[in-house]
Amino acid sequence: MSRTATDLDSRPWAGPNRHYDIVKEGAIALVVVSILVAGLSFIFSSPDDAALTFKGWAADAPDTLYIATVSELAGSSESAGYGPPYNSNSDGLTIGPLALQKWGGISHPYDSAQDLVINPLTAMPESADVTTALKQWTGASADQQTAWAGDYEAALTDEAGANGDPTAVPEGDYGPVPVLAQALVDASASGAYDSVLLAGGQFFAMDNTKQLLFMGDGGYMEDQAVADHLGGDMWGMMNEAGSWPGQVWLAPASLWYQLPAFNEEGTTLGDNADAIIAGILVVLVLILLFVPFIPGLRSIPRWIPIHRLVWRDWYREHGRQA
Amino acid sequence: MELWGVSLDQPATYWQIWEWVSVSIPNLLWILAMVGLFVGALLIPFPKGKDES
Amino acid sequence: MSAPTTDRPAAGTEFEPTTWTGSIRKRWLNTLPPEKMLPENQPSYVASWIYVFGMLTIVALLIVLVSGSILTVGGVQWFHTSSLGHFVNSLHYWSVQLFFMFMLVHLAGKFWMAAWRGGRALTWMTGVAAFLSSVGVAFTGYTITTNFNSQWIAFEAKDVMNAAGVGAVFNVADFGQMVLLHVMLLPVVLGVIVVAHVLLVRKHGVVPPLQAIDNEITGGVASS
Repeated sequence: MSRTATDLDSRPWAGPNRHYDIVKEGAIALVVVSILVAGLSFIFSSPDDAALTFKGWAADAPDTLYIATVSELAGSSESAGYGPPYNSNSDGLTIGPLALQKWGGISHPYDSAQDLVINPLTAMPESADVTTALKQWTGASADQQTAWAGDYEAALTDEAGANGDPTAVPEGDYGPVPVLAQALVDASASGAYDSVLLAGGQFFAMDNTKQLLFMGDGGYMEDQAVADHLGGDMWGMMNEAGSWPGQVWLAPASLWYQLPAFNEEGTTLGDNADAIIAGILVVLVLILLFVPFIPGLRSIPRWIPIHRLVWRDWYREHGRQA
Repeated sequence: MELWGVSLDQPATYWQIWEWVSVSIPNLLWILAMVGLFVGALLIPFPKGKDES
Repeated sequence: MSAPTTDRPAAGTEFEPTTWTGSIRKRWLNTLPPEKMLPENQPSYVASWIYVFGMLTIVALLIVLVSGSILTVGGVQWFHTSSLGHFVNSLHYWSVQLFFMFMLVHLAGKFWMAAWRGGRALTWMTGVAAFLSSVGVAFTGYTITTNFNSQWIAFEAKDVMNAAGVGAVFNVADFGQMVLLHVMLLPVVLGVIVVAHVLLVRKHGVVPPLQAIDNEITGGVASS
């Protein structure tokens, strides 16, 4: 059944008024909230967990840094195969036929081997064997590079064999890969790698894309996040490190990442979760935006009359429609 | 690094409600405070003002 | 025709604009005269604590802006090494928390009062827009705290941005872009939306109660 808006709602109010000082209300509110904020700040402070560095990674987990470096050279890391806007090594995520991820093109070109390993190592003073290794790598064909790095990665991560231990890798044709990987770990341990990767040869450097992509490969950053309960599939989007409240207002967005359907690898929903959930959120936002125009939704306040509490004094004095 | 008070720089307790729903106690308190403000605002009487004719 | 020697029309006469400026003035004064902008009264039905949450939200936003301004003067990494800086960062963090809490209570109140009635749809929509842009401001804020939060949040968020096709424009790992968005562009957008929202409330007045009887008391005809 439809209801037309009453004229009462839309015409200027001609009924009784009460004396009220809105600016005074604001002033009181300002004092109250300021005291509340200051009190909370005094008592509880705010989170500030130190940023991770490659120096820290080399100190805490040099083995995983080594393996991650090899995967960057092999082009098998998550960032290496990401797709747009970094490279075209993948088509990216889709919502059905819509391949939104491709629309912006390769706006931020990124080659994991070149950007993360070869260029930084070339930019640093290095020992003779590293110089030789770099020359060997850059002089080889792309297929040869892939063969060396791929074979080494397979041998290194073979659970029945080396199982992540560089000293236990069987003999093989790996080219300069072991030397390059070790050189990067050593450069990280000294702190040089952090600086070189950030600056990229420039004086002013603001773009942290390369280091963010590398830091996300290999599990070091993710392990820290999971330990802080910030992983995507543990409501991480609305959590905060330590015992501080997080971003509770993001619960409707975080919710979708908890559904088992979006966490199954190999399924359409699971593989394209970010894209599909972004689409779902757009729909939810549009619904929220257009509540005044959506039949049914806009009638909920009439069906569940919480408003009777708000205006109980008015109804008591002036009555209420049936 | 608080001046005095409670250090929140330690892992929070998480309450697992059911299979894929868990909430941190700080976030739960936040939600309860918000709901409490809403319910309180509806129930607590507002001071009567001076009515104009 | 000679130009008037004073801007104020003579008492009892209607102001007839002859300039763009004057036209704007006339429209402004018709829509939002001073007594509507700064009234000394409110309709009698505005008598519930739920009504203070709009003001509380704005007040919290003010504290966010002031604490943020102090952080701007100190610089983005000031709070890591200065205890005063860390305290100001805490003010910023907690005022943001209260800002969202008050805003959500305000949103819930407005929904259950169906406050979009009577031509107030745009008031509702600007409110939703304010919520969304607040989320954007808060998110970019997290990308510039230059600590572990920044790294992890940027790393996760890039996937959503890229999947939605906007990662080519918004690079969450580009610190320079994020700090400018957070400190300048997005707060300006939010500010414009909030001002529009408040002016719309002033223009239309607070929505009358649902199910109110429209009779001679409310200025309508006596019910038959």
